[in-house]
Amino acid sequence: MELLLDSLFNGVAIGSVLLVAALGLAIVFGLMGVINLAHGELMMLGAYTTYVTQLIFKLPIFKPFYNSYIIVSIFLAFIVSGVVGILLEKTIIRKLYGSPLETLLATWGVSLILQQFVRSVPLAYGTGLVISLLIGLFLPTTFPSKIKESINFKYFKFSSWIFAALTGVLTGSVISSSVSKLSRASARNVDVTAPSWMRGQVEIIGTAFPKTRLMIIVITLISVIAITLFLNQSAWGMRIRAVTQNRQMSDCLGISTEKVDIITFGIGSGLAGVAGVAVSLLGSVGPNVGGNYIVGCFMVVVLGGVGNLLGTVLASFGIGIMTDLIGAGRLLSIWPDMPLPLSNTINFFATTSMARVMIFALIVIFLQFKPTGLFPQKGRMVEN
Amino acid sequence: MSLSKIKFDKKIVLSFWIILIALIIAAPTLLPVFRLNLLGRYLSLSIVALGVDLIWGYTGLLSLGQGIFFALGGYCAAMYLQITSSSEFPNNIPEFFALYGVEKLPFFWEPFRSPVFTFFAIWIIPAFVAGLIGFLVFRNRIKGVYFSILTQASLLVFFNFFNGQQKLINGTNGLKTDVTQLFGQMVGSESMQRVFFWITAIIVIAAWFFAKWVVKGRFGNILIGIRDDEPRVRFTGYNPVIFKTIIFSIAGGLAGISGALYTVQSGIVSPQFMTVPFSIEMVIWVAVGGRGTLLGAILGAVFINYAKSLVSEALPASWMFIQGGLFILVVTALPEGVLGWIQGDGPRNLLQRFGLKRKIETYPSLEINNKEGNNE
Repeated sequence: MELLLDSLFNGVAIGSVLLVAALGLAIVFGLMGVINLAHGELMMLGAYTTYVTQLIFKLPIFKPFYNSYIIVSIFLAFIVSGVVGILLEKTIIRKLYGSPLETLLATWGVSLILQQFVRSVPLAYGTGLVISLLIGLFLPTTFPSKIKESINFKYFKFSSWIFAALTGVLTGSVISSSVSKLSRASARNVDVTAPSWMRGQVEIIGTAFPKTRLMIIVITLISVIAITLFLNQSAWGMRIRAVTQNRQMSDCLGISTEKVDIITFGIGSGLAGVAGVAVSLLGSVGPNVGGNYIVGCFMVVVLGGVGNLLGTVLASFGIGIMTDLIGAGRLLSIWPDMPLPLSNTINFFATTSMARVMIFALIVIFLQFKPTGLFPQKGRMVEN
Repeated sequence: MSLSKIKFDKKIVLSFWIILIALIIAAPTLLPVFRLNLLGRYLSLSIVALGVDLIWGYTGLLSLGQGIFFALGGYCAAMYLQITSSSEFPNNIPEFFALYGVEKLPFFWEPFRSPVFTFFAIWIIPAFVAGLIGFLVFRNRIKGVYFSILTQASLLVFFNFFNGQQKLINGTNGLKTDVTQLFGQMVGSESMQRVFFWITAIIVIAAWFFAKWVVKGRFGNILIGIRDDEPRVRFTGYNPVIFKTIIFSIAGGLAGISGALYTVQSGIVSPQFMTVPFSIEMVIWVAVGGRGTLLGAILGAVFINYAKSLVSEALPASWMFIQGGLFILVVTALPEGVLGWIQGDGPRNLLQRFGLKRKIETYPSLEINNKEGNNE
């Protein structure tokens, strides 16, 4: 019983990291059909945001609130990754709708640039750049409609970008002068230390669970519930679903598909940022952190069935539990006296990397029987 | 179109080939050893790029897992070299086994004692694995991005497997080839490297002719048909699965040959050949060179890699930015690649923009349509 609970918990913990990472991808890939290989790097940005927030909260002004930095960083990471995602959509992906293979290559290029960016630009100025992007993209939308409709709006827009650039440079230099760790570029991995209330373990029914794992499960749960409510209850969620089902018809009915695209992509990217916070709690954060998750995320989405959140949830927990079962060789402890060849095979796969081999092989075999995943989209079509 | 339609004079073609062959023969004396070795490596990479062009440029299958077949070919060559030069080590097995306390050669190493077997294994094993993976995927009509994702996942499967198995194939350290012997000569020695360069150059040319032969005629037409409208090909009575499997395993075989040649020239084969970025890089060589042009794949592989080594020597940090920018630029601004742009209307449009060339009359369009409509 204890073993089962332990295994289940571990599986859910692995699965929830996968789920929170794949959630954003499920929205971007599932609803928009965009293959975003930069998704892992958006996660990395979220993880670095956590790191920067942590260091800033160590400054004397914020010191009293230090324990709450992880909560703040969840929101900040959502915003940072979301803004970068929106910029990505506005500049590159918009041109490539309908040609997924091209998107794949372009976003891979973006991911290379982002990786090198965190290596060779000091994090303080990186933060400044993100802040100026945020202001530049969103300040014009807050102007009263009288200005927006005037002919001189482009000048207002231009001046808001100048203001944004100035603010960015200012915050960048303020941060770099006050936090010395952020003032130099470094390719080394950095560590996020969890606040004191998140260290240690909780005991439930006689078994000890690490608190960081529980925190990740909570983050995942909240994100899944929030995104489900948003898609099913809000007006914009309805518009997103409408555009997913029939783009032309939605356009005809007066839904601004352009806005829907931006919002969908922004939310998907923002969720990647939230996943980054979760990932930063698990280990050190480096430029390559995203690459470790991206293929797993795609497998979750493909396995769950594209465009289906329930499928994504089930697939990630399924993969999580299977990873734990195979990777820790748990079948062996459940059934200790199994025949030798079988136990040898299980021992062979009982490492993290070999468990991955096994899981991917199993997924490929599964797709032989259900090529469109657990919950395929209904309908009759020649193509896809 | 405009350029490819020009019939070159036979004399020009002949002199082009004579110059090319002379350059290949003279290259070892013209270039320093280091550069020659780099050029040889990049030429061998152009073979895998040819394979990518066959499956992506002609058939529309974007594989992100060519590294599997590349590394398999490399491993086959390295295993043969290791095992034939292991006579002075304990138990007559390669040196690294002693580190992990392995005393008996794993069974799958045995056949690699034979040079004939190795010669065939280098391209047949990757081709077979490619055919198997391809058949399993194509059978279910999995295509487009799903195919790309699945090939990437298979790449990770193979990477993790090779990376984790120290006792079977030396895991993450890979197999060294430069200190092994071939025909009584050190593989890493200068004279051997020169021979390998010539062999590579010959095989690149042979592979190019082979690829041209594959895409010529009805077989090539069906490949292009699959790329442009697969259901229509199916409704016409062809079975796309067979064609896709065949072309995918041809590309796998080419990747295997390429990997073997690359391995003997770089001196090591390791699971690093199966990392995700390397396989995507192969795609970008083709994309930059011009997909569906074959020659573009070769030129793209050689030039981009040469540029990479030059830039990395001068400014180590900037290559990632350049490479990332290249991806975005090629996809958004130059979707046909450089060679495709030259062969297409690119130069004419550019000249037009500067007013150097008169606009062609597009209406009535009969003549132009006849010229250009049946391309693609």
